[in-house]
Amino acid sequence: MAMIVDKETCVGCGACVAICPVGAISLEDKAHIDADCCIGCGACVNECPVGAISPESAVEKKIVENNQGTDLWVITELENGEPVGVTYELIGVASDLAAKAGEHCCAVLIAAEAGDVPQKLIAAGADKVYVIADAKFADYNTDLYTDAICQLVDAYKPSALLIGATADGRDLAPRIAARKMTGLCADCTALDIDVENKVVEWTRPALGGNILATILCNETRPQMGTVRPKVFKAKPMDATRVGEVINFTCENLVTSPVELLQKEMITSATSLKIEDAEVICSGGRGMGCVDNFKVLEELAALFENGTVAGSRAVVDEGWIGHSSQVGQSGKTVTPKIYFACGISGAIQHLAGMTGSDMVIAINKDANAPIFNIAQYGIVGDANVILPKLIAKIKAYKEN
Amino acid sequence: MNILVCIKQVPDVEKVKFCPETRTLVRDGVENVMNPFDRHALEVALMMKDKVGAKVTCLSMGLPMATEVLKEAIAMGADDAALISDRALAGSDTLATSIALSAGIKHLGQFDLILCGKQAVDGDTAQVGPEIAEHLGIPQITGALKLDYVDDKFVVVRENESSVQTMACAAPLLVTVTKAEKEPRFASIKGKMKARKANIPVLTVAELELDPATVGLPGSPTQVKKSFTPEHPVINSEIINEEDVDVAVDMLFNKLVEAKIITR
Repeated sequence: MAMIVDKETCVGCGACVAICPVGAISLEDKAHIDADCCIGCGACVNECPVGAISPESAVEKKIVENNQGTDLWVITELENGEPVGVTYELIGVASDLAAKAGEHCCAVLIAAEAGDVPQKLIAAGADKVYVIADAKFADYNTDLYTDAICQLVDAYKPSALLIGATADGRDLAPRIAARKMTGLCADCTALDIDVENKVVEWTRPALGGNILATILCNETRPQMGTVRPKVFKAKPMDATRVGEVINFTCENLVTSPVELLQKEMITSATSLKIEDAEVICSGGRGMGCVDNFKVLEELAALFENGTVAGSRAVVDEGWIGHSSQVGQSGKTVTPKIYFACGISGAIQHLAGMTGSDMVIAINKDANAPIFNIAQYGIVGDANVILPKLIAKIKAYKEN
Repeated sequence: MNILVCIKQVPDVEKVKFCPETRTLVRDGVENVMNPFDRHALEVALMMKDKVGAKVTCLSMGLPMATEVLKEAIAMGADDAALISDRALAGSDTLATSIALSAGIKHLGQFDLILCGKQAVDGDTAQVGPEIAEHLGIPQITGALKLDYVDDKFVVVRENESSVQTMACAAPLLVTVTKAEKEPRFASIKGKMKARKANIPVLTVAELELDPATVGLPGSPTQVKKSFTPEHPVINSEIINEEDVDVAVDMLFNKLVEAKIITR
């Protein structure tokens, strides 16, 4: 969707030229948008101080009749039989949105056995829990889970589906969206709801986090989104909450040609997952080489729940594993303390760690953007500074 | 073996910088490049070609200038390429894009393996690959770290937050790639010559016999309501810029003790 400029209204200020993420706008007295370059992001529409820019073909999507679906559903993701953090976070935010819109927050549980999980989901804020229990669901499988959820969607017609933006959630959600021919918004970081039309407003970062876009799905149901973990806070568990548990049996569940040969758990006593760590010692290209990451491990070991992570650059170099990558294409972390060592602070990296309580930056370049978001910092070589800092901390702790 | 690789041309987002003073994007000198994850997907395809022999076809959807990345793919070792380009596709969201791409794939033939990058770095949705798989009615494995072909089956290693999984599936299969086992190769001289001569067909909505209502803006269930630049909270940074390292470390250490970050 290209944008067009109303040349009468345009004052030629150039604000749109500066905001355009793809350089599609030039200034020739008045603003001119190159329709072939324009990606239709709409950044210029909001930036224009005089409201001179609007979408080319204002195809107004009709808002669906509300009877096409009600309630906000959260798809539960399990790890070792327990819901993962983002499931509780999504139930928290979905119950707020549902209350605002006068609907219910429902959790969908697909599992080999339900156990006491439905009660936990209710305690976390779900009004209803749809349970599909079958031994076939012991491990996540795209085909089986898609079929099960689509059958449930057809039977109960939800207004919206919220899925955690985890590896499996982002595998599952587009498959469901394509089957139901509906809109899906990826990796959202903010949510709201238009109470009158019951349209969810999904906000997500795009262009490496350089812009945020609020996306709507007016016409098709269910509205769908994956939501980034650690963005919303789970509600405190309330064991006194009462909810309805609805058991659902799938008919003629598909079989999958994909076979799980082996599953090796990543979590072990020695390696803390970065998303669970309280202190993260993160290294970037400025660390120089893989051997220099040892000093980060040494620093992390000085803290309880401390671990090592890194930027995209060092994952690409193979200095650390992909599961330890912080940023837009890696993980979002919210530790108490984030040491950014030799990390310049590209916006893609910041997208994954600005939720940290405190950032401590060490970088040779005094102008590195990481210092803009750091509470404390040293301009200098992390490989020189860290060993000295570690020695001082050790001496202090021993005293 | 017939392999198809989906490739997207994207702005080099790592070069896009944000200027906090003017709250605008600095995009001077930002060029369009092959999506880095797609480059890894292409490398996986070429490794498979080297190992078991395969014809590698690349498909892109975008502006006419996207032929650049397809030529680059041929220079790296792909055998064939096609571009879907049509003004009617402008404004496609992931669903509309996946419909056009799956029509393009059907048009090009039957494929044993379809590879996509895990996600494109401009949109970061990771949705088009699985949506294509659904439209084609074939299974998918997303976020592959390793792909092999053993006893007539693709063996894929992927990971989620808690485990590393090894999966097997016979053709046809769609795999999205996080990382190839080795860095993507450079173009050879011979490849560059082939790319220069290559004639890349451009497929239109009419040629793909697509209903215009299912693609582009009319076929996109999602709409951008607004977009805006993210707010970064202003904080009181205490940055030590001190030439003597020992003094600098002392200063930081004292601040960390004061802030009770370092405790006994």
